[in-house]
Amino acid sequence: MNDSMMVYHTRDKYADTSMPDPEQDTFSKTVLGFWLYLLTDCLLFATLFATYAVMHHETFGGPGSRELFSLPIAFSETMLLLLSSVTCGLAVLSAVRNENKKIILWLIVTFFLGASFIATELTEFSDLIREGHGWDKSAFLSSFFTLVGTHGLHVTIGLFWMCVMIAQISIKGVTVPTFRRLVVFSLFWHFLDLVWIFIFTFVYLMGVI
Amino acid sequence: MFGRLTLDAFKHEASQNFAVLMMVLTGMAVFGLLFYLKRWKWLWSEWLTTTDPKRIGVMYIIVVLLMFMKGFADAIMMRLQQALSVGESHGFISASHFQEVFSAHGTTMIFFVGMGFIFGLLNLIIPLQIGARDVAFPFLNALAFWLFTAAAMLMMISLAVGKFSTAGWLAYPPLSGVEYSPDEGVDYWIWILQIAGLGTTISGVNFLVTILKMRCPGMTLMKMPIFVWSALCSMILVIFAFPILTATLFMLTLDRYLDMHFFTSGGGGNPMMYVNLIWAWGHPEVYILILPGFGILSEIVPTFSEKRLFGYVSMVWALLLITFYSFIVWVHHFFTMGAGPGVNSFFAIMTMLIAIPTGVKIFNWLFTKFRGRVHFTSPMLWFFAFLLNFTIGGMTGILLSAPPVDFQVHNSLFLVAHFHGMVIGGLLFSLFAGFTYWFPKFTGFFLDERLNRYAFWCWLTGFLLAFMPLYMLGFMGATRRLDHYEASTGWHPLFVLVAIGAGIILCGATIQVLGLFWSIKNRKKNWDHTGGDPWNGRTLEWSISSPPPIYNFAIIPTVNELDPLWAIKRGEAPPPIMDYEDIHIPKNTPVGMYIGGFSLIFGFAMVWHIYWLAIIGFIGIIICVIFQLSGNDEHDLMTAAQVQEIEEARMPSHLKRGEFI
Amino acid sequence: MSTELSLNKIKKEWHGSWKTYIIGFVSSLILTSASFLLVITKALTGRSLIYAIIGLGLTQAIFQLIYFLHLGQESKPRWQMWIFFFMLLILLIVVGGSLWIMSDLNDRVMSDMNMEIHHD
Repeated sequence: MNDSMMVYHTRDKYADTSMPDPEQDTFSKTVLGFWLYLLTDCLLFATLFATYAVMHHETFGGPGSRELFSLPIAFSETMLLLLSSVTCGLAVLSAVRNENKKIILWLIVTFFLGASFIATELTEFSDLIREGHGWDKSAFLSSFFTLVGTHGLHVTIGLFWMCVMIAQISIKGVTVPTFRRLVVFSLFWHFLDLVWIFIFTFVYLMGVI
Repeated sequence: MFGRLTLDAFKHEASQNFAVLMMVLTGMAVFGLLFYLKRWKWLWSEWLTTTDPKRIGVMYIIVVLLMFMKGFADAIMMRLQQALSVGESHGFISASHFQEVFSAHGTTMIFFVGMGFIFGLLNLIIPLQIGARDVAFPFLNALAFWLFTAAAMLMMISLAVGKFSTAGWLAYPPLSGVEYSPDEGVDYWIWILQIAGLGTTISGVNFLVTILKMRCPGMTLMKMPIFVWSALCSMILVIFAFPILTATLFMLTLDRYLDMHFFTSGGGGNPMMYVNLIWAWGHPEVYILILPGFGILSEIVPTFSEKRLFGYVSMVWALLLITFYSFIVWVHHFFTMGAGPGVNSFFAIMTMLIAIPTGVKIFNWLFTKFRGRVHFTSPMLWFFAFLLNFTIGGMTGILLSAPPVDFQVHNSLFLVAHFHGMVIGGLLFSLFAGFTYWFPKFTGFFLDERLNRYAFWCWLTGFLLAFMPLYMLGFMGATRRLDHYEASTGWHPLFVLVAIGAGIILCGATIQVLGLFWSIKNRKKNWDHTGGDPWNGRTLEWSISSPPPIYNFAIIPTVNELDPLWAIKRGEAPPPIMDYEDIHIPKNTPVGMYIGGFSLIFGFAMVWHIYWLAIIGFIGIIICVIFQLSGNDEHDLMTAAQVQEIEEARMPSHLKRGEFI
Repeated sequence: MSTELSLNKIKKEWHGSWKTYIIGFVSSLILTSASFLLVITKALTGRSLIYAIIGLGLTQAIFQLIYFLHLGQESKPRWQMWIFFFMLLILLIVVGGSLWIMSDLNDRVMSDMNMEIHHD
């Protein structure tokens, strides 16, 4: 057996004893972990989409998607979210370039775009409810409000998270943890725009055809 | 002010009052003991605020033990009722209480005993087997435990305050909808599952990242122990299946609270969609449970046969195939719901196919033992019990996978016997084997082997007596969840036999619990004097002291083949780098426990429609989360000198020099 | 900790740039507008319209995955990418399977009161 006093590095002597994964730092782990959470969210939305697909004709005698959906509203919501996704990315880019003031600026723009999206959606929902097309009227309406509403809930959580990030960056600047959290937040925000593509395609566009 | 909570909620039938009394007394006894021994500070700093997976694993198992007692008491009550409630007699439990009992039994056993035991073992074993010092996200790990415990507490509270669900462990609508079950029972069930499910999903992500990213140098995927592979596959199932449960329960909640029409009989709702979705989760769930069980056996059988595992590569492929297949068989849980021959045949064939990789695993274990030196320790005895009972249960599963047969015995006691063969014969027996096998690693002493054997024989005989007659009863037409039947059915003698079997299992379980305390009392006699490797282990957890130090490995091992510890013992491993380094240890934190507490408040408040309290609980959770996610990545530091001191105190000198006897 | 990285090293692991965001933005803008225009102007109808907007949607999703979410740009082993593909597979099975099962059940269980018995 080897003398325990000898100290040498073994990686060259034995086959394949390198680190199986070279990136074991907290950033890599956190990004992978958060990505996995996003994948679970994909399945969650998929379940809601599947339910909407099964129930979108069950209007229980009431009006369906053709009568109730407004394409101009859907288009403006889409543009607001798309723009906010870009400005969010630009916020992270500013962090990479150490431009602290720009980060906060881009985050505030993203916040306003996201908040406008939510405001538009809330108006859309309240108009429907006021006209007697609430979520309790039929399976179609239940599944519509739930699918689109769950996405809206995620966006709202994102808005709160954004405020926390704005506070953290203002107070602590860009450090290892705050940069990591900013990146994770941007993944979340981009993911919400990705889900929205499927909502405007399968719910609004297909609903109006 | 208190939603729909009134004093009526505290009034129960006589049979329930006894259970509540026992629960309250036990709680008071535990609290009393802690006050008497003045151990609050110790409890707080060593256990409640810990982020050490080894401690968290032990806590999981303690909660599991408590929940097992509850779930098993439910089982005894059901068997006793069915043995007594014939013809004129109506037993000692009312029909509605019986419905609560079978619903609670299933929910407790699957979500708390099954999932809890598994996550407990994952916490204890995974970091050690991959040569890591911790899991990927120590705080999330603690949080997941506290969410699990909060859900368990909510389950216990449902015993004392109000009623539990009467809709079975899966709560099919329209029965579980607000029209037919307006009271708090189904809401309890929903929030218990949502809180526990969140914890499970978090753990799924955690262990997946741990296994993918924190393996020690040289441990490629194909050099991992099979237990780690089984955990990897199980966690993949967790992250993709649990969101389906979350979404489906969410929709049921919306139906109940906001008058939506997903699964109602009117308004265009479709209760069949619930059944479809819940089983799209439910089938992967049962594989989430059994795969780690298989993994445990893949550790035990080679070690106690003194021979390496036969067919490592085919074992890995079998696990991967089972993982994939478990997503394409779910309709076999509702062949009778009305789908046509196309749908039913497709899923029937897929179900039959999944038996093939399972069979491969069983043959591999048998081939491992062939020409090995087999030690008949109690873990090995549990393997034999598994072999018998899981195989019988599995074969009846193949019978059930043929829709024409299933149409005859769906939801009969035949089905009940099949799945208990799977979860008791398959999962529970493997967990018992693993518990006995790894117990010395985390405590430094053995469980009393003689008591282990007595418990084993009670469980084996009891299980056969309690479940084999159920196959017969199923063929004789006995449906599940019956609380009363006529004497003319001829079922009574078999139900009596089954009740006796349950009683024998009770003896076994009692011996196990008493045996645990007995072993702790006699630990000096049963001390492990080998310095951490009592079974001539093959994997890395046996290369460190028992119990392990907080950092697991003072020196991260380097691995170059399977069964790395046997390689070290043969002198074929790369020599370790012998300098100690500073080790960063995650700080303790009470925030996980606080979030668990707020979740409990939130869940309870939502059940009883006490919305102001629910808002408080929710805000509490948010504040804790923001607080935790605003920290500065701080750790405690253990210097190299401290590490060296700990190591030299623990290891017998011959092990330090790398010589193994 | 020996495995911890400095802020600069971490920044190198993030794969965004002005270029990726401009490409992602412009492509999404074009694809979204195209979808809406097709529906509003009824340039296509029926099946072809449906396939077109699904195709445009999927294309936009791919662009956003690559240019906003940086899929496939991590260093090896590319866990995020492989698990993403597996998730996609499971998603198609669960959604597709559910649609198949529910439509089959609908035909057989929810048919109207003049029960048509299918012999097939």
